[in-house]
Amino acid sequence: MTAPPRLALAGISKSFPGVKANEDISLSVRPGEIHALLGENGAGKSTLVKIIYGVQQADAGAIAWDGETVAIPSPRAARRLGIGMVFQHFSLFDAMSVIENIALGLDEAVDLAELKVRVAAILQSYSLPLDPDRAVHTLSVGERQRIEIVRCLLQKPKLLIMDEPTSVLTPQEVERLFSTLRQIASEGCAILYISHKLHEIKALCEAATILRGGKVVATCDPKIESAKRMAELMIGAELRQIARRPGGGAGAIRLQVENLTLAGEPPFGTALRAVSLAARAGEILGVAGVAGNGQSELLTALSGERLAGSGAAILLDGRPIGLEGAGARRALGLACVPEERNGHAAVPDFALADNALLTARHRLPLAPLGIIARGEVERFTQAVIRRFDVRTTGPGALARSLSGGNLQKFVMGREIGQEPAVLVVSQPTWGVDAGAAAAIRQELVDLAAKGSAVVVISQDLDELLELADRLCVINEGGLSAPRDVAGLRIDEIGLMMGGMRGVDAQAGGAAHA
Amino acid sequence: MTSAILVSILMTLVAASTPILLAALGELVVEKSGVLNLGVEGMMLTGAVAGFAVAYSTGSTALGLAAAGAAGVAVGMVFAILTLSLNANQVATGLALTIFGIGASSLIGAGFVGRTITRLGPVFPDALSDHPVLRAVFGHDGVVYLSLALVLAVGLFLRRTRAGLILRGVGENDASAHAIGYRVIAIRYAAIAFGGALAGLGGAYFSLALTPMWADGLTAGRGWIALALVVFAGWRPGRLLFGAYLFGAVMTAELQLKAAGIAWLAPELLAMAPYLATIAVLTMMSLGRQAGRAGAPACLGKPFSAS
Repeated sequence: MTAPPRLALAGISKSFPGVKANEDISLSVRPGEIHALLGENGAGKSTLVKIIYGVQQADAGAIAWDGETVAIPSPRAARRLGIGMVFQHFSLFDAMSVIENIALGLDEAVDLAELKVRVAAILQSYSLPLDPDRAVHTLSVGERQRIEIVRCLLQKPKLLIMDEPTSVLTPQEVERLFSTLRQIASEGCAILYISHKLHEIKALCEAATILRGGKVVATCDPKIESAKRMAELMIGAELRQIARRPGGGAGAIRLQVENLTLAGEPPFGTALRAVSLAARAGEILGVAGVAGNGQSELLTALSGERLAGSGAAILLDGRPIGLEGAGARRALGLACVPEERNGHAAVPDFALADNALLTARHRLPLAPLGIIARGEVERFTQAVIRRFDVRTTGPGALARSLSGGNLQKFVMGREIGQEPAVLVVSQPTWGVDAGAAAAIRQELVDLAAKGSAVVVISQDLDELLELADRLCVINEGGLSAPRDVAGLRIDEIGLMMGGMRGVDAQAGGAAHA
Repeated sequence: MTSAILVSILMTLVAASTPILLAALGELVVEKSGVLNLGVEGMMLTGAVAGFAVAYSTGSTALGLAAAGAAGVAVGMVFAILTLSLNANQVATGLALTIFGIGASSLIGAGFVGRTITRLGPVFPDALSDHPVLRAVFGHDGVVYLSLALVLAVGLFLRRTRAGLILRGVGENDASAHAIGYRVIAIRYAAIAFGGALAGLGGAYFSLALTPMWADGLTAGRGWIALALVVFAGWRPGRLLFGAYLFGAVMTAELQLKAAGIAWLAPELLAMAPYLATIAVLTMMSLGRQAGRAGAPACLGKPFSAS
């Protein structure tokens, strides 16, 4: 008989009013194992780890730690056992320094000077770049995550829980995180890795427990099991293959951009340099590129949040709109979905119905003569919620109450539901689970098939290759000439990205090598 | 002769500054924990009347001061229960607290109008406190030294202690602090109690040391000055001390000018001077710092409920 598992759950159940979040869940994690907890939004992953971390208490079931049954009444008790957790939404204090943040996360009082020495040692042994004296609000998301990881490592954890750690990271940061996690695991710490990103789990984890609807539906070895099979287990149905229509993009030009030049957004934006593009009726035009190369500037220039220098710089169905504002452009049929949903695409403290009204009123008769037609708004919102399977209590729910993926579905649905002439969308499936992502992609394809032009700006190359008819690359504010995706090889895209900045080019080269 | 005048001016300045300093220091701690209590004026008045009533009845100013602090805490707790436990709006509750304080102090104080007590005296022996020059340093009453010690203590507490770090954390991001396992509501209760005690003490300084008597509306809006000082001082105790003494200085200058009988300047304009000067100077001080983050706790005034 080998050593007992580090953590063994037996028959864990937890109900909330109206929903069984966890039902008879059992799983076990060995020391040094990286164990994936896989499931869609709402499958019960978060509830389960909250129970393990002592944030919530199970209604039934037992937790065994190193072979002994334990009760975990609080996060503090969990930490005392040796459980560390890195949350999806960091518990950080923006105005304070890194070291103060770490100190706040510790249970015992420590001298700051002494803590600095210990933190420096950890940063060095895991090769984590982080300046302890920097204020948190000046740090990148990846650096903020490192604070949380260091916080956990200081307590010498025996089990580390990572809740969707890569949802906000760049590909380079993901690579760095993975090597850190592998090193932590090699030292005997068990890791429970929560995600719905299958390629990450295949790359990192040795075992996987798949949850659906609060129950364990399968356990498998992700290195052996195919990604398709795991995705199907996760969503409980055959993965929808996108139904492509043959040969898109033969229609008339609906959106044309000519030599658009625009200064970068302060403080660190990338200026657009003589960008030209043309999107035709019935096609999906993909814009690839590493984050920060002018994508957000391109989107705000197209949406009308920032005006072009001349009207003729942007043509919608041949009509110059470069000097029209966002509302006028929407009325004419150009809809945009920015990357940031909360605060940009939606007002967090507004109900979904009000959020729907805000953009749809230009194209749908939701507020004739300026008087809001509540019934119409409600109907439109309900239609979006149903068609895009938005998990929410109804049109009256606040936008902030939705999970990121659900809000994305809603925002996408709101725009697609208006059947715009041209839809420009940034990161359409960012943070959305596999089933919903496939549904969103299918809607984009269907929208194009009806004669709209769709421009997809994304960092996810796989997504673009699946969706787009033609692909161009944005790089330091310049846009390459488009290429037909059919027959395009990955290494050719690499060549298109050839002008990438030094670091990114190396990382990209290594990833594709 | 001139030195005697200077010393006397300094004594007036310190006395005028101390109640504002106390109240503002308490409010600074409250705001650092993320709570905006606009009821400072109400707590000061309640403290002023409670302090006077107890001092008059018992003949002990020390007991009066203790009662003032306790009264400030009591009124503060009303605010805390309403805003923290019952999630009432902090701004509205704070304003109501001030109106309540004005009314309650007037009611309680009705029987004490016109009575006098022995003024709070200096702590050091006469040799020091009556010395023509040394009394500038040793001639003050205990509350003055206490207020200065508290500035230092609060500064060290916020900067150097773990408890202070936690308090700032709660004010900076209550949700995170809760997620880590800190008791946000309990910490805010404690901060409000501290703020109440200091506001009560500051109020009592009027009725026990400055006047010393009771009259309706004795604090004359100093609670609002204290609130403004916290903001203009960028939530830093050191700057708060400077701001309070600056206010006291201009107010003393105003009195001196009035006494000198300057006819060409309307007394109303002189009366405005301390407020204008304090705001102007502190605004200029805060211009130098980077715009946007002037040290305001990110969760200031926002309701928190654990979920």
